[in-house]
Amino acid sequence: MTEAVIVVALLLVGACATAAVAVRDPVRQSLVLAVLGVVLAVLFTVLQAPDVGLSQLAVGSALTPLLLLLTVRKVRRRAQRAPDGPAGRRGREGGP
Amino acid sequence: MTTLTHVLPYLVAAWVFLAGCYGLATSRDLIHAVGCLSVCQAATYVLLLAVGYRDGATAPVFSDLAPGSRPVVDPVVQALALTDVVVGATVTALLLALVVQVAKRHGTVDPDELSELRG
Amino acid sequence: MSPRMRLWLVAAGGAGLAALLVAACLDLPRFGGDRHPCGDRAVEASLSRHTANTVASVTFDQRAFDTLGEMSILFAAVLGSVVLLRQTRDEHRARPEPAAVSRPVRRYALLVLPVALLTGLYVVAHGQVSPGGGFQGGVVAATALHLLYLGADYRALERVRPLAPYEAGDALAASAYLVTGLAALLAGSAFLANTLLPYGTFNTLASAGTVPLLNAAIGMEVACAVVVLLAGFLDQAVEIVDEGESGERHDDPGRPGKRERP
Repeated sequence: MTEAVIVVALLLVGACATAAVAVRDPVRQSLVLAVLGVVLAVLFTVLQAPDVGLSQLAVGSALTPLLLLLTVRKVRRRAQRAPDGPAGRRGREGGP
Repeated sequence: MTTLTHVLPYLVAAWVFLAGCYGLATSRDLIHAVGCLSVCQAATYVLLLAVGYRDGATAPVFSDLAPGSRPVVDPVVQALALTDVVVGATVTALLLALVVQVAKRHGTVDPDELSELRG
Repeated sequence: MSPRMRLWLVAAGGAGLAALLVAACLDLPRFGGDRHPCGDRAVEASLSRHTANTVASVTFDQRAFDTLGEMSILFAAVLGSVVLLRQTRDEHRARPEPAAVSRPVRRYALLVLPVALLTGLYVVAHGQVSPGGGFQGGVVAATALHLLYLGADYRALERVRPLAPYEAGDALAASAYLVTGLAALLAGSAFLANTLLPYGTFNTLASAGTVPLLNAAIGMEVACAVVVLLAGFLDQAVEIVDEGESGERHDDPGRPGKRERP
């Protein structure tokens, strides 16, 4: 039984990590990373490491995605304000 | 229990690491690259905890467990992973701060455009 | 280097690395095996020092010196981020207008905030008896504080979070860790050795010698570090604007102060 849960959690981690790399838009990527953080926390709990699970839950599902989102907001706001600079070319991603 | 499950966790860790490396190498956006780096970090935690696992064992916490009554998993690798999870997050923050600076100075976060700017 | 060439290089290097990793994986001791000599000795040492949570014992007692290194990395990373994210001469602050928050969000955020904060402090305090400790609890407590940004607005957050004490707290916690280590040295044993305090009663808050002290120092350090980091990023994302984009607060009063997609 435990065996099956571990295998499922491992496969979920593999799938989520692949998705986090494959998603190219940083905003979507940070959401996938949040999911990856939760799945990793589940895996760590199943592997009998509640300490690591707890810290992964706090960091991976809240802190890292928040930092990524804040950076995206800062960078894109700059890119939007300067449409004729080299940054203007990135506008296609940041558009509404 | 099959032979596959004996190595599956290690293989998953290797897969996650390689996926993160691929993302880092092909990324067109520095913010995305930092996200890929945190995927690489996750691979090391999976590997460490997989090395320390023991079949039928419980967590190495004796607040509700008589010492010696059950086997426990390896606490050393857990301590290694635990500190790195939090410290890794602050290093991610440092990298993101660098990305903000790059965006300010050069107006782009695309690594290819950055190398063009340098000439 | 052309992108095509780079892709080939990545493919070749990745394939080589993958082959080596798979070969190494097949040679590792099998997953779930029963031989953990290192772990068994760590558990023994932890029990002999009356620490119920063996992970805390490894982190703050048996490998306390390693944790000192980790803490220095954390401290340096925060210092670097603060320097990189400071307000430069060609930027100025635009006061974000208070944005409207829907009532349920406000109510639940403010309801959950004290619970989350208390959970974080509980996790820090019980590090030596139950799963948890300074690293986890610090992050929980610091992120809990930022629920105020969701529930109220950025100005309210700034009022309860004057940055200077947190920056000082970060440095203070780092030195508290060092001082605890040096105190052991002065008492006649090795640096960071757990010989300073009596080991106490197993499975109570006052057990494990200096583990609770180091644990509390790390908890304070991590909490302050996360608050300072998030403050730097929030400032950049919400408040600090270039000279060229000063019109923002007049242009679109509905947007400032809240995190959402531009």
